[in-house]
Amino acid sequence: MPVVHGSGARRRRTRASRAIYLGPGLLYITLFMAIPMGFILSYAFLEKAPYGGVRLSFSLDSFTRALEPVYVSVLENTLLIASITTLLALVIGYPVAYAIAKLPPKWRTVAVILVVLPFWSNFLIRTYAWILLLNSEGIMNKGLLAVGVIDHPLALLYTREAVILGLLYAYLPLMILPLYASMERLDWSLLEAARNLGAGRARAFVDVTFPLTLPAAMIGAIFVFVPSVGNFIVPELLGGGKTVMVGNLVRDQFLKARDWPFGSVLALTMVGFLVLLFAVQGYVARRINIGDSRA
Amino acid sequence: MRASAVRKRGMVGAVAVVAALALSACGGGSAGSSESAAPLDPKADLSKQTLTVSNWADYTNPDVLTSFTSEFGTPVTMATHASNEEIMGKLTAGGDSGIDIAFVSGQYAQALDRAGLLEHLDQSLIPNLKNLYPEASTLAYDVGNVYSVPYAWGTTGLCYRSDLVKETPDSWDAILNPPDDTKGKITMLGSERWLLLPALKKLGYSNNTVDPAELEKAKELTLAAKKNLLTYDDTTFYNRLVSGESVMAVAWDGWCSYAIAENPDVKFVLPKEGSDIWTDTLVVLKSSKNKEAAHAFLNSILDAKNQSWVATTALSKVPNKASMDMVGAELAKQYPAMGMTPAEIVQQEQILDLGDKTAEYTKIATEITAS
Repeated sequence: MPVVHGSGARRRRTRASRAIYLGPGLLYITLFMAIPMGFILSYAFLEKAPYGGVRLSFSLDSFTRALEPVYVSVLENTLLIASITTLLALVIGYPVAYAIAKLPPKWRTVAVILVVLPFWSNFLIRTYAWILLLNSEGIMNKGLLAVGVIDHPLALLYTREAVILGLLYAYLPLMILPLYASMERLDWSLLEAARNLGAGRARAFVDVTFPLTLPAAMIGAIFVFVPSVGNFIVPELLGGGKTVMVGNLVRDQFLKARDWPFGSVLALTMVGFLVLLFAVQGYVARRINIGDSRA
Repeated sequence: MRASAVRKRGMVGAVAVVAALALSACGGGSAGSSESAAPLDPKADLSKQTLTVSNWADYTNPDVLTSFTSEFGTPVTMATHASNEEIMGKLTAGGDSGIDIAFVSGQYAQALDRAGLLEHLDQSLIPNLKNLYPEASTLAYDVGNVYSVPYAWGTTGLCYRSDLVKETPDSWDAILNPPDDTKGKITMLGSERWLLLPALKKLGYSNNTVDPAELEKAKELTLAAKKNLLTYDDTTFYNRLVSGESVMAVAWDGWCSYAIAENPDVKFVLPKEGSDIWTDTLVVLKSSKNKEAAHAFLNSILDAKNQSWVATTALSKVPNKASMDMVGAELAKQYPAMGMTPAEIVQQEQILDLGDKTAEYTKIATEITAS
């Protein structure tokens, strides 16, 4: 126990209560995040053993391997797919959140429940449902053929677009919810003030509503982007294994190639992107807050 | 300030502890398999033992489990794994997996044994081994059934809709250079060892090759075939054939029979260039504390009637002569692949573990799928 200087009973109590409040969270983070991350970090610098596991000898080979063109292109492809997904989620999610926030209070709850409703059924099953909808003998193609819009089935499934659709479908609620939360708490009188001072609808939106909801939009973007980068089920099921993302690579290194060090390096790359994103989000949010306090 | 300094030292300490843990946990995978185990006690009271068995879903006869428990008093817990890779991951993650018996394909049994994880079987406790075809003890991944007993075996070939293709396939070319009418309606197995199989066999190479030049050629051929594929599919390709979404698939013979069961227009053919032998096996983990019961379980699986279930229900050939004598002829009428004789099977090439070189196949698979 560290010595408490100039101790007062109150200060000790504050410390004790702080420990009680923080304890469970810290324990959780240590056990399930810090320690596993420590493993991944140490594995990244070791040599692989032939049947999984690692040999205790220092090596940077896994890092140089990650720079081989095939892996770089997988990473680029992943970032592209995740970025498009995030952008679409923002474009679709923003108006939805706005509309929900404008609903009468009792309908808001209903709308929010509808948004989270898909989470009540299993993700894998919902992804399989898209296979039934999109395949060449599926409902979509059969329907379009029946009404004569197309004369032969479209290749909707097993494309990069199908992967983006699947990810968008899966993570759109994660964009809508933080946006809705921020819009619901938005001080609409600021908007009225802007209008009273002569700003048009568009101007008021650009100068008032959008900046105030930007931090939430960025949180939503992170919520969508991060799991999109790591997802390996959607590219496998809807991409037909013809599209590879970093998540698939990481899994394959651990399970198929039995190359734990390389899998660790790839996993660290994903963590690196995550940290970078949070740094950007934090920076932007701070900038907006500073702007607020000056105004 | 002080507090934060303490915290920092704490962090360094935590990282050091983690690193030490990591280092101590990672020795696995290189232990030799030669250490001698305690001899088994043939008179052990099996009702004091329990078994945890991991198998693919729907691949064990539930009746065998109940009758085993009622005969020996040993409770059996079934766990399932979706793939060889998944069970490998569980078994090699370090520590005791809690699994006594695992169902794995032959090359994975070989890998697990090389990693020192398998119990070498006491064959005197498995008298039903006598039911096996002689050929079943000659398979290259485990000659003499030292650490595994075979559960089902077969080969990989072409499964197709005879009513929807113009040309009857007889070669891997049906996948690698398909005629126009099947383009875009073909599925291939995506697991890397089977992903390269059509190309390796077409080129006349071993499907266990690690020669970089041979692998490179096989990669190019497989890559060229990608544009004519509907998708890579290891798990639902037979449904696609039944629905007509695909018309031609690289398929394990037993799984093709699933499609034949639903649509008699589905046919199976072994390409003329040859193919592999796949074998699903049972292995006993060295970490098991219930080895006598595990041996009794293996013996019970190899019972003629019990193993015939695999043929009649999972529609896979079994290397059990006594079982096939019971049900084989009847099944072969509906499922021609069932009629393949052991002599014909062993003419194909057994898939073997490649140790360190396994990663080469993964890399090539990534290059093919990511391009």
